[in-house]
Amino acid sequence: MKAYLVPHRVVMIALAVGLVIWCAVSMRWDWLPQYAPLMLEGIWRTIWILVVTVVLGMALAIPLGLAQAVGPWYLAGPARLFCTVIRGTPLLLQLWLLYYGLGSLFPQFPWIRQSELWPYLRQAWPYAVLALTLSFAGYEGEIMRGAFKGVPRGQLEAAKAMGMPRFTTLRRIWLPQAVQRALPTLGGETVLQLKATPLVATITVMDIYAVSSRVRQDTFIIYEPLLLLAVVYMVITGIIVLAFRQLEKRVPAQVV
Amino acid sequence: MEGLIAALGAGPALELLALSPPGWGGNLLRGLANSIQIALGAFGLGLLIGTLGAYGKLYGGPVTRDLLAVYTTVVRAVPELILILILYFAVTDAVNQTLVSFGYDRVQVSGIAAGIAVLGIVQGAYATEVLRGAILAVPAGQIEAARAMGMPPVMLARRITLPAMLSFAIPGLANLWLIATKDTALLAVVGFGELTLETKQAAGATKAYFTFFMAAGILYLAVSLVSGRIFGRIEAWARRGEPNVGGGGR
Repeated sequence: MKAYLVPHRVVMIALAVGLVIWCAVSMRWDWLPQYAPLMLEGIWRTIWILVVTVVLGMALAIPLGLAQAVGPWYLAGPARLFCTVIRGTPLLLQLWLLYYGLGSLFPQFPWIRQSELWPYLRQAWPYAVLALTLSFAGYEGEIMRGAFKGVPRGQLEAAKAMGMPRFTTLRRIWLPQAVQRALPTLGGETVLQLKATPLVATITVMDIYAVSSRVRQDTFIIYEPLLLLAVVYMVITGIIVLAFRQLEKRVPAQVV
Repeated sequence: MEGLIAALGAGPALELLALSPPGWGGNLLRGLANSIQIALGAFGLGLLIGTLGAYGKLYGGPVTRDLLAVYTTVVRAVPELILILILYFAVTDAVNQTLVSFGYDRVQVSGIAAGIAVLGIVQGAYATEVLRGAILAVPAGQIEAARAMGMPPVMLARRITLPAMLSFAIPGLANLWLIATKDTALLAVVGFGELTLETKQAAGATKAYFTFFMAAGILYLAVSLVSGRIFGRIEAWARRGEPNVGGGGR
């Protein structure tokens, strides 16, 4: 708290508060009550997509990292190719390839149209979740590769010497230490993933970004929805950063 | 060769990708040229902002430092797509209001200029952090020695700090360049005709979604692979004369 009581910071904070008050008073916010339920729904959908894709992407990244770090060539090669392709092309392109490409391919097969999954495949969100999951897995797989390689060999050799089965070694020793190494970057990657979620609005998923675009189109108010949107994303980013800081504190310090 | 293409059923796909008008290949390449142009401009502008920002963060007064901290934090916390929209509207508005107040007519800001300005501001925030770290990695003794010799600050930057920090900054800058090439795709959302938007239009017109999106993906991948090579060369050049620290005495 003391760090904020320096004279120049007090002046700057006062200026910022003044700016916020000016925004609240002189800009148009009369649309807010009407769209508030829709915005809450949008925020909920954004967070939901973020959590689901981070969890699924992480689950996919662990085998990807493992395959690249120690796998035989027929596993390491495809894993490396997957990561290179995902990291080398824009997410928007991947999203549109899946949505428009698969979306135009599926209706051609009658058995897909008659299957139980068809009601889901006609909606946009499965494609959004798929694209974001693959993207997160691609970036995180590369990080997990380094994390798996960074675990000291002695730890694994000790486990082997104790006669631990390979899967138990992975579960008890290798994976926990690798995740611990990847944890600081995982927080940053989650923020990047949050910043990627508004792209799903381009394939008609109604996340918070899509809601604000709709306000803009309905009312012709340009800046206010965008500013509110920026604030919403900053708040979510702040929560993610704080949560990961707590998580890092709880995980014991680096084993050397 | 032609028999092979026909056997694979790739004939129609190649026809669609032909360079002259019945095919859409020319449009894709024009989009790619636009993308690269914007990425280059944004990367250059980002480097400029980043250099000034890094110096401001390291040697500036308390107010400059705090303002730069706000700039880098906000840009890194808000999605690029939203920054692009806010800045796109704000830049266009600001230019037009200045023109009107000086008695000129309103103009339509060109997509390329707006794209470069917007992505440059975004890149600048990341470049500030990369360059700040790199400048901090330069041994303090070298900078102190130059000061002790009475070198003026600009000459110090030009002769000592910037060349010495280059080898530390190149990996981060290479990453930023890749982000710049991929972020140009976001301009498709504001309707600028770069590679991704051209691809979507071509795909929508011909219904050959897979063909075009795959082709665009290959183009993007080629750009990132080629630039990886180029940055490898630049890094080797920036590291010339440095002792091989990581080699472990081999």
